[in-house]
Amino acid sequence: MSALYFSAALALLLTVILGLGYVFRQPGRADSLLAALLFGSTGVALVLVLGKGLGMPRALDIALVFALLAAVLGVAFVLRGWPDDDSKEDPKP
Amino acid sequence: MIVLDVLTGVLLTAALFFFVSGTVGLLRFPDLYSRLHALTKADNVGLGLTVLALMLRAENWSEVFKLGLIWVLVLAASATVCFLIGNEAYRRGQKPWMSPLYGSSLRKEAPTSALNEPHVGGSDEAKARRLR
Repeated sequence: MSALYFSAALALLLTVILGLGYVFRQPGRADSLLAALLFGSTGVALVLVLGKGLGMPRALDIALVFALLAAVLGVAFVLRGWPDDDSKEDPKP
Repeated sequence: MIVLDVLTGVLLTAALFFFVSGTVGLLRFPDLYSRLHALTKADNVGLGLTVLALMLRAENWSEVFKLGLIWVLVLAASATVCFLIGNEAYRRGQKPWMSPLYGSSLRKEAPTSALNEPHVGGSDEAKARRLR
């Protein structure tokens, strides 16, 4: 049964790597914000599946913290860390 | 027990399908808005299916409750962040991608005129107040 969890975790890891590879190939674009969203959902699923496969019930708490941090991280990115390079012609009012 | 095993496998496979389609959308979609859409919708369905699969294998009820809580939290977080990113991008003047078919033979008037105005958000009343 744990082989199923490990293969699912591996596939999830591959999708995260693919997505992050895309995001980081676009320097200075607003798309880098999407990394936060990617970790928010796929990263949490990865932690959950891996924790189940390894028999670690503590992984649930880790995933809970990830889910909480994803919200804060995204809001902080949008409010403070948005790259300014693609919006020079339309400055903040 | 074998039914539970099969059900877990089916749910996990379906979840993987949704995760992969979310990432394919991130790689292939033309602009920020559609990529946001792919990430938030497909990935949250995938996470929901994963949570369901793990709920079937949970050892006690507190684990089931915690899994459900994680899913609801991620749903709320990604909906909020998706709205914030999309709204901020629109406010900064990023144009949504338009199909080349738009405005040619399928539609009479060009639909892009409304998009050239800066988006200020809020109700019409608030907009009027800001203009004054």
